[in-house]
Amino acid sequence: MSELWDGIAQAFWLIVTLDADLVEITLRSLQVTLTALVIACLIALPLAAILSVRRFPFRRITIAVLNALMGLPPVVVGLIVYVFLSRAGPFGVLGLLFTPTAMIIAQVIIIVPLIASIAHQSLRDLWAEYHDLLISMNTTQGQRIKTLLWDSRRALLTAALAGFGRGIGEVGAIMIVGGNIDHATRVLTTAIALETGKGNFSLALGLGFVLIALAIAVNLAIHWLSHTEREGRW
Amino acid sequence: MTRFLAVCCAVLTVQTAAWAEEMKMAVTTSFHNSGLAEVLLPEIKQDTGIDVQLLVVGTGQALRLGAAGDVDAILVHAKAAEEKFVAEGSATHRTEIMYNDFVFIGPGADGAGIKAAADAAAALRLIAGSGAPFVSRGDDSGTHKKELSLWEAADVAPEGDWYNAVGAGMGAALNTASGMNAYILSDRASWLNFGNKGDLALLFAGDPVLFNQYAYLPVNPEKHPHVKADLAAQLEAWLVSDRAQVLIDGYRLEGEQLFTFNAQK
Repeated sequence: MSELWDGIAQAFWLIVTLDADLVEITLRSLQVTLTALVIACLIALPLAAILSVRRFPFRRITIAVLNALMGLPPVVVGLIVYVFLSRAGPFGVLGLLFTPTAMIIAQVIIIVPLIASIAHQSLRDLWAEYHDLLISMNTTQGQRIKTLLWDSRRALLTAALAGFGRGIGEVGAIMIVGGNIDHATRVLTTAIALETGKGNFSLALGLGFVLIALAIAVNLAIHWLSHTEREGRW
Repeated sequence: MTRFLAVCCAVLTVQTAAWAEEMKMAVTTSFHNSGLAEVLLPEIKQDTGIDVQLLVVGTGQALRLGAAGDVDAILVHAKAAEEKFVAEGSATHRTEIMYNDFVFIGPGADGAGIKAAADAAAALRLIAGSGAPFVSRGDDSGTHKKELSLWEAADVAPEGDWYNAVGAGMGAALNTASGMNAYILSDRASWLNFGNKGDLALLFAGDPVLFNQYAYLPVNPEKHPHVKADLAAQLEAWLVSDRAQVLIDGYRLEGEQLFTFNAQK
């Protein structure tokens, strides 16, 4: 138990003194996961809308597979991305392995199914409501998708935040494709794994508390920026 | 779409901004846990201008990374595997740099009584005979390979309820041993730097078979033309220099010398 208090004290101390290493790995965590989140949303949200609005063969199977991929084990994604990006692999010439870009690629793969599945759930319900209206207004496919995406933006925000949560706390994939290189690809989660390996439980816990605080701060910031959960509008 | 392009551009600039004299070297967890890297890397940067990026992995994975050309050089400790690596043409040669030693760690009470063992093989026979729990790295690392060769030398099959292969790095394996109050083979550096000792203590050391030779292997540029062979050669020249000798022999952890420089100049 004493480690827990030491951890809280260490976290407090690291934040108060603005430890240079802590600031660096925290910013890298944010850079990697927020970039991955933006890219994943640009893929997943239109995909979810198309799945709700259009009817095509294998649609059900596509949705089922997408739902199943929500549970994709990060370590497997990491291995697959590693094999592709390795110098011996098909994309080896790009030299992307052990760079933040490789970590972003892995995280995009991990969070796209999650965001798309949650988004599809709410878009489908909204489509059931809007279906007759939008058809009767003789709207084009693109207009329908735009309307659905805009009118369910609050639910889509939840989907995006779920994706952020999975990305920021993920360690298995980025450890493999990033390599946990000091001052290059070390982020909060891989630093926690490293300190645990050294038996420095209090420092590892301290970094863990920083990670939790960061996740809460980002969620609050996004809610504040998008004016959700406020009186009179939601 | 413009946002997407902007993100892509941002990512690419982050990449290119970091292009100085950098090379990647895979090293073993035991080397990194010793803390020696934090002493050597700034000196290397100062003397040669090379920014060495360390990938801290087990010896097995380090050799794989080298064979695939994903790193420019490796620093590991598993002689047989290293010689095979050179024979396969993955590295041009192997250069011995320094050695440290392995130690037996176990519960302070020492139920198996290995403190008084004559040599490493006898210590292992005592552990196996007593049925006390033993934690093995089980991850194909240099330490794991060493441990297996010691069991073979002791003529004991490491099997049974008492033998726990955890498949993890040195630190994680030590954490497990601390939790189970079990015996374990560790390199001295990882043990001294380990922060969760619990009831464990250093029980046996000093048998010459426990010496642990580190070697530097630059990845073969004929096999992988993209590797930074000139930087790898510069680093090698530095590692066998007098400057490196002073730093390596002079490194102390809790008052103990960890590494002994033995490179052929």
